[in-house]
Amino acid sequence: MALNKICTLCLRQNSRELRILNNLINKRNHFVYTADAESPVKGETTKLNMFQAINNALDSALQSDESALVFGEDVAFGGVFRCTIGLQAKYGPGRVFNTPLCEQGIVGFAIGAANMGSTAIAEIQFADYIFPAFDQLVNEAAKMRYRSGGQFDCGKLTVRAPCGAVGHGALYHSQSPEAYFAHTPGLKIVVPRGPIKAKGLLLACVRDPDPCLILEPKALYRAAVEEVPVADFVLPIGKADVLLKGEQVTLIGWGTQVHVLLEVVHLAKTQFNASCEVIDLVSILPWDRNTVCQSVKKTKRVLIAHEAPLTGGFGAEVAATIQEECFLHLEAPVARVTGFDTPFPHVFEPFYLPDKWRCLDAIRNLLDY
Amino acid sequence: MATNKCLHLLRGRFRDQLRFCRHLTTQGPLFPGAQTTWTSDLTFVTASTYTPIPVYRVMDRKGAVIDATHEPPLPDTTLLKMYTDMRLLNTMDKILYESQRQGRISFYMTNFGEEAMHIGSAAALTAADVVYGQYREAGVLMWRGFTLQEFVDQCYGNRDDKGKGKQMPIHYGSKELNFVTISSPLGTQMPQAVGAAYALKGSGRVVICYYGDGAASEGDAHAAFNFAATLECPVILFCRNNGYAISTPVREQYRGDGIAARGPAYGVHTLRADGNDVLAMYNATKLAREYCVKEQKPVVIEAMGYRVGHHSTSDDSTAYRSQEEVDQWTSSDNPTVKFKTYLTNKGLWNEEKEKEFIKKARQDVMTAFVAGEKKPKPEWTECFEDVYKYMPEHIKQQMNQMKSHVEKYKEHYPVDEFA
Repeated sequence: MALNKICTLCLRQNSRELRILNNLINKRNHFVYTADAESPVKGETTKLNMFQAINNALDSALQSDESALVFGEDVAFGGVFRCTIGLQAKYGPGRVFNTPLCEQGIVGFAIGAANMGSTAIAEIQFADYIFPAFDQLVNEAAKMRYRSGGQFDCGKLTVRAPCGAVGHGALYHSQSPEAYFAHTPGLKIVVPRGPIKAKGLLLACVRDPDPCLILEPKALYRAAVEEVPVADFVLPIGKADVLLKGEQVTLIGWGTQVHVLLEVVHLAKTQFNASCEVIDLVSILPWDRNTVCQSVKKTKRVLIAHEAPLTGGFGAEVAATIQEECFLHLEAPVARVTGFDTPFPHVFEPFYLPDKWRCLDAIRNLLDY
Repeated sequence: MATNKCLHLLRGRFRDQLRFCRHLTTQGPLFPGAQTTWTSDLTFVTASTYTPIPVYRVMDRKGAVIDATHEPPLPDTTLLKMYTDMRLLNTMDKILYESQRQGRISFYMTNFGEEAMHIGSAAALTAADVVYGQYREAGVLMWRGFTLQEFVDQCYGNRDDKGKGKQMPIHYGSKELNFVTISSPLGTQMPQAVGAAYALKGSGRVVICYYGDGAASEGDAHAAFNFAATLECPVILFCRNNGYAISTPVREQYRGDGIAARGPAYGVHTLRADGNDVLAMYNATKLAREYCVKEQKPVVIEAMGYRVGHHSTSDDSTAYRSQEEVDQWTSSDNPTVKFKTYLTNKGLWNEEKEKEFIKKARQDVMTAFVAGEKKPKPEWTECFEDVYKYMPEHIKQQMNQMKSHVEKYKEHYPVDEFA
């Protein structure tokens, strides 16, 4: 983070130091961002990074829906990731406001507002801090419609949280908690891979009749830049994207990991002459079993990769379903390359992540099985 | 020198420098965290520094009005509805509690001792006000018009249960009556009520949120108080302090001056009133409501009372308190008895009316009970509905798998009890 703010004035005389620091920045990401080839919607586009796209989506939501509220810690001045810049000035402190530092309060409050028909868009500052709100999300938000016989619901609830590795986040600024929530019927969960998906998915969540959780990979806030449609648009929840078609191995990931996999495809082609298919799951709950199984039945080999730890990670759910539905088609066991069963470490991050070399190696094993 | 600089800064653009300048001249503390004064006296502030907040009451323990100017000018019909609803609640509780002991419903919670809290507060609200409850507020629902049949149907989870058989007994909810469906986790309703109130700002409606002395220990309670204050929400945070959280007495729940003392600490206007005095409950809630509507800010009410019954049918409170203690409360400070005295003194009630009413109440409860028991449960596939607004593919598949299974193994499933 601090490296972003290199004091170029200070280092003006020392171009060698400047070059070293710049190189460090480039080496810092374990992925190379690949923008979407196509826009999902025709019409004018504008170049935006992911936090700008999210800001744009929130603006659209507030513009189009008088009942919409955006709140959380520090959202008033623009948010620690700048996702809410300019919104309080535009829509007023009645609709865009700071809350006290209390995640269980933020989500509980959001549920109540949603009960009364307000579109409640709550921000949790880091997904690592969503756990005080776990009870409200799992026991209350997810179950409100079911337990009341449909009399009450909090469909107008959307919770946003930055997630995932960022290079130096360590235990409490890097987590990917999707698996905990995937286990909760009643919630919907999505993970965007870039600005276009972020805008479309966030608007979809806001307008979805069920409570939604959107986990935004923070490493993509600045690094992901795309030509994003200017129009208001939604993207489907529950639908996976086949980003690249291939014949021999299916690679499945979500969020930042999708970009790691897109790089691995080229390495696999160069090193093993293998043709790989890449699927961005997009939606964790509900997830697109049909697209995944269709692909696996074709390629017969599959690798699932995610940053979250191995045991009980969402890859386990995908793997279990694949072996149920595609058993006789498989030529090799379902492979998972994931974070290890440790908390997310600081200086050891390069050894922890499911990087392109671990993924490449797993592909080699799949092909050689 | 300093004055010249100040005058220059007063031109307006450099507010921080101006504050620094004020620093040089103001004697008091300027910390952003508190608006207060200095002291050179190093003394603890303790639980006894402030005198305990007194308990507001209209009637004494025997039902005599202490200060007539506080007697609410309610029409006779309202006073009678208040009393008869309290007694109907008692009657329903007795019968449904018994029915659980007989194995007919799976679970029940009575409301003995808290009738005045429910009825008094409910009577001061309008039908449009929204209620978030904990689990011991059946009287509020009853006041609003939830029928005996609706109570019984929910306890049986039959096909007429508004909750569609999804939850344990007493987890009532009614969209029509603005009573949000009860959930078992304690205190979760509190920040929700605050959010609901925020959404209703300016509508003229208020939200009332009931919670117990035990639930007030949950983090959600703290969140609710703080959010209600900082976001200025028209919500009444109504604590039923009945002395126990299952077996845990208040001494093991908190050490401060109850829940009322917490209100001002969060910046919230607070009232403490006698939960056994239906007129005090009415007055307090009425005042709170007026404040909420006028100021669009919250109020904490702490209703002091005593839980006469067991926590639930899963509890035998003789394990942790003496029968003497319970009898003492029932005989010397009984909300229904004291209100009956009040009404009798006004010439609005008598023993004959009492006998007649209780007889009819029993009959009505039994009629609803017998009918409710006979009704089938909802179609068993209902258990797959309402997870989401529209049933997704994966749940549909699971439902179909189970349908095939039940077809084959019908005799092992209680299909006859379901519609």
